[in-house]
Amino acid sequence: MTPGIRTAPLRIGCGAGFAGDRLGPAVDLVREGRLDYLILECLGERTIALGQLRRTRDPRAGYDALLERRARALLPEIVATGTRLVTNFGSANPVAAGHRLVEIADELGISGAVSVAVVTGDDVFAQLDVSAPAWEDGVALDQHGELVSAHAYIGADALLPALESGANVIVAGRVADPSLCLAPLVHEFGWQLDDWDALARGTLVGHLMECAGQLTGGYYADLPLKPVPGLDNLGYPIAAVTATGEATLTKLTGTGGVVDRHTAIEQLLYEVTDPRAYLTPDVTLDFTDIEIDEVGPDAVQVRGAAGRPRPDSLKVSVGYRAGFRSEGEISYAGRGAVGRARLAGDLVRSWIGDEVEEFRVDLVGVSSIHGEELARRYQPYECRLRVAAIANSAELAEVVADAVTALYTNGPAGGGGLRTRTDEVIGVLSTTIPRADVELDFMELGGAA
Amino acid sequence: MKIALHEVAHSRAGDKGQLITLSLIPYDPAWYPVLCELAQPARIGAHLRDRVVGDVVRYEMPKLPALTFVCSRAGSDSVTTSLHVDGHGKTMSSALLELEIDVPDEQVRALGLPQRWDG
Repeated sequence: MTPGIRTAPLRIGCGAGFAGDRLGPAVDLVREGRLDYLILECLGERTIALGQLRRTRDPRAGYDALLERRARALLPEIVATGTRLVTNFGSANPVAAGHRLVEIADELGISGAVSVAVVTGDDVFAQLDVSAPAWEDGVALDQHGELVSAHAYIGADALLPALESGANVIVAGRVADPSLCLAPLVHEFGWQLDDWDALARGTLVGHLMECAGQLTGGYYADLPLKPVPGLDNLGYPIAAVTATGEATLTKLTGTGGVVDRHTAIEQLLYEVTDPRAYLTPDVTLDFTDIEIDEVGPDAVQVRGAAGRPRPDSLKVSVGYRAGFRSEGEISYAGRGAVGRARLAGDLVRSWIGDEVEEFRVDLVGVSSIHGEELARRYQPYECRLRVAAIANSAELAEVVADAVTALYTNGPAGGGGLRTRTDEVIGVLSTTIPRADVELDFMELGGAA
Repeated sequence: MKIALHEVAHSRAGDKGQLITLSLIPYDPAWYPVLCELAQPARIGAHLRDRVVGDVVRYEMPKLPALTFVCSRAGSDSVTTSLHVDGHGKTMSSALLELEIDVPDEQVRALGLPQRWDG
């Protein structure tokens, strides 16, 4: 495969915007979207730290929990249509994910048509300077608790050798979300890795696509002003990108959802802290002059992305053991429901006393989300008390769940629907690592040439 | 006339570590100058003080047009360790849109309110 010779627009679809995303729309995209590439973005800040814990217990685990189902549904479609898959669902164990994909292809009888390339180097736990300050509070990383994982956000450059190998399934771990989209563009159009404007345009496409349905009307509906027709059949996004990085964004024909200026602007600004300097491993992207135009039904064009040199160091997400969180909930209904829930909360507070340091009491349906002040505007029929605590041991945290449980025979009238749970909490901190300390690599697995 | 932001604009919240980002996008670009004038960062910070601490930073993007607000949360209230029901802060977009602004009646008449969809 010779990079840089393509002139026709490249069609990229995004079939997953988070680890728990729906499966069907991705299958439809590959079947009917005439895609060159399918992207699956399956990682959040905490996902990979939890994957690392699973890997610690079982060296073959740690990749995306839905990998099995996604692969079984998508590999045959990818093979049938000649689409290439680029994904970060390798999570904390991309090598094990790659081997599992080869096995699944074999089980499906298509091993001759599936060639897997695994991208590594994002796991920087061994190289991490644990005395470095966390961005969040300036305190040394190792002062927060036992560290369990450290993954650098690697970029499009990490994916290029895998793309050049000709593999049709490229699996990585902590690749920055927009880089999944940018890498195929760089590879196919032969963009230079210091052509900052081109990289900015490609990163912009990736940023818009990375949450899948959030571009096409998912997470948008709010009647009466924001109707989304056909949300039950939401179509996932497709980008058609030219060799100069001009992009038209749309969704699969015949599906529900909306792509217009408003859905696109909501996603454009999503999770952007400084629009003048959006940092990725590949480029510093300036949003200032971006414009979005509607160019057809459910089609928008984006332009105006400007690029500056990429950051010198890479962001690292560090997982640490942050104690145990315990929650207890119970519902009250009918007249005086809120008053009884409030009374129940006061009781629980007095039972807990100072045994647990950090806990909060919420009236769900009233003030749990935005506090008491805004809650005065609307009144509910029912109310759910929720008490949550975090403590250094499960036993201590469970003091809270036990107190809520005691409301059955010791609290106000009519409490029901008790639920309690206690989980270990993995916190996530951020720091940076010099690029030179990150050793990018890739390996080829599987049968196809 | 008191207008809730909900009536003239929409929003999506995002999270990045200790920060919450909030967009504010007018349905009709004609309302953008009104939002710039009345949705000042200090006002937004005061409105969201149940969850937001410290200064709110506002970015203006006149070509879209839209505003974004970057808000900080308390030290213990990070996405992963928060005790809040909504650990991410995703619902903060709805809190932002509850903010009421005072717009002169004649200006509201001149700009018009977005059409409601009854289908």
